[in-house]
Amino acid sequence: MRPFELTRAATVQDALESTGAFLAGGTTLVDLMKLDVLTPPCVLDINDLPLRGISTSDGMRFGALERMADVAAHPGVYPAISKALVLSASQQLRNMASIGGNLMQRTRCSYFRDVTMPCNRRVPGSGCPAIGGTNRMHAILGTSDACVATHASDVAVALVALDAEVVLTSADGTRTLPLRDFYRVPGSTPEVENDLRAGELITEVYVPRLDWAATSTYVKVRDRQSYEFALCSAAVALDVRDGRILDARVAVGGGVATVPWRLTAVEAALQGAQLTEEAFADAASVAAEGAHPLSGNEFKTTLLTRTIVRALLELTEGSHR
Amino acid sequence: MAIRGKEIPVDISLDINGRSEPLSVDPGVTLLDALRERLGVTGRRRKAATAASAAPARCTSTVSQCSPALPSLAATVRRPVTTVEGLSTGDELHPVQRAFVDQDALQCGFCTSGQIMSAVAAVREDVSDVREFMSGNLCRCSAYPNIIAAIKQASEQAAADTRRADATV
Repeated sequence: MRPFELTRAATVQDALESTGAFLAGGTTLVDLMKLDVLTPPCVLDINDLPLRGISTSDGMRFGALERMADVAAHPGVYPAISKALVLSASQQLRNMASIGGNLMQRTRCSYFRDVTMPCNRRVPGSGCPAIGGTNRMHAILGTSDACVATHASDVAVALVALDAEVVLTSADGTRTLPLRDFYRVPGSTPEVENDLRAGELITEVYVPRLDWAATSTYVKVRDRQSYEFALCSAAVALDVRDGRILDARVAVGGGVATVPWRLTAVEAALQGAQLTEEAFADAASVAAEGAHPLSGNEFKTTLLTRTIVRALLELTEGSHR
Repeated sequence: MAIRGKEIPVDISLDINGRSEPLSVDPGVTLLDALRERLGVTGRRRKAATAASAAPARCTSTVSQCSPALPSLAATVRRPVTTVEGLSTGDELHPVQRAFVDQDALQCGFCTSGQIMSAVAAVREDVSDVREFMSGNLCRCSAYPNIIAAIKQASEQAAADTRRADATV
């Protein structure tokens, strides 16, 4: 690890005036510093900031420094969110990692994490070895000629499905942004991963109230049953009445997309659908439209639709025709 | 005003197994290294250099129950830390340690200190999915069935102790 200066922020104001890299749980930042992928000269420990608290009274509010394990265990958190959190990482990491940090985590692309390799995200213009290389773990949605790396957060997929917003604080005040618009697909500038500006800090995550979000789930398909990143994941919420789907929220991510990927086309196709596997498969079949599979991950177009179908079946278990 | 880029030692005080340990560390020193290299508390072991790069083929052990996963920098630790050395009372093993002996929940022993610390948390929090809760602790010898059995034994004993305490009130 390169030498760096460590300071503690006592107030949000301190943090906003600092040029240091924000350190919360450290589960991403310290890792990437050990690998020399990130070499900040100054690190600012923000754990003393009053960015705590979980409220579920009108929608949900999570302070950015709430730990993943605490949000997952909090009663009344929508099931898609708590399941996505419980299926992330391991208990030790969930005890440490913050919600704000989770949303800011960097890609797990092995080329990004290896400083001896080119990577457009790490060194703009240096090339992307994943496109012609080992790319089984890479994305098929939202990719570009410059980058095919996935966004690894589980909970961000659930949050995007449920129209969550991030509250960003700067010296100029706060602004609120749908999480879906916060992330940026790589395009020709993969080094720009999100809309966070210099001098801004994520202070809160807000999930608007959705009365039928109690009928929501998160399905994660992976090579190991636990402590593993997703090959594909889906967050689904359903409003079911009289044996038909009135409304739906569907997002996918994990190993299939460069950013948490909302699937409004699947949502539209689900409206009015009957609760049968055939109807679910029909609706999910549009999920992979526009996908660009690579040499090592063609299977993900099929896996993507099947993951959505599995989530739908899980949610409607016991009420199939 | 500190000079940017210079590694400036930070004066900290770690609460380790109930003892206060004042220490001056470089910012990049992890809690693990502070414990092992500086304080001689060697029960906690390294499984991998980075948080999520532990592969099943690697032996592993983690952390203390109240404290952080692997990458924690010593200078950012605020809470008291308990390591496996802090569990037993004199010669008397902690019930979870006892259960590990009873159920033969180890082979080579490298991962055992970390398994026990996670198991203590699993019992205390009465977790429903023990396998998921314990999945961050890998065991190359694959003593998993016996580890699960040890946690079951310790959980049952904790429940019985609670019932007995309730009955005497």
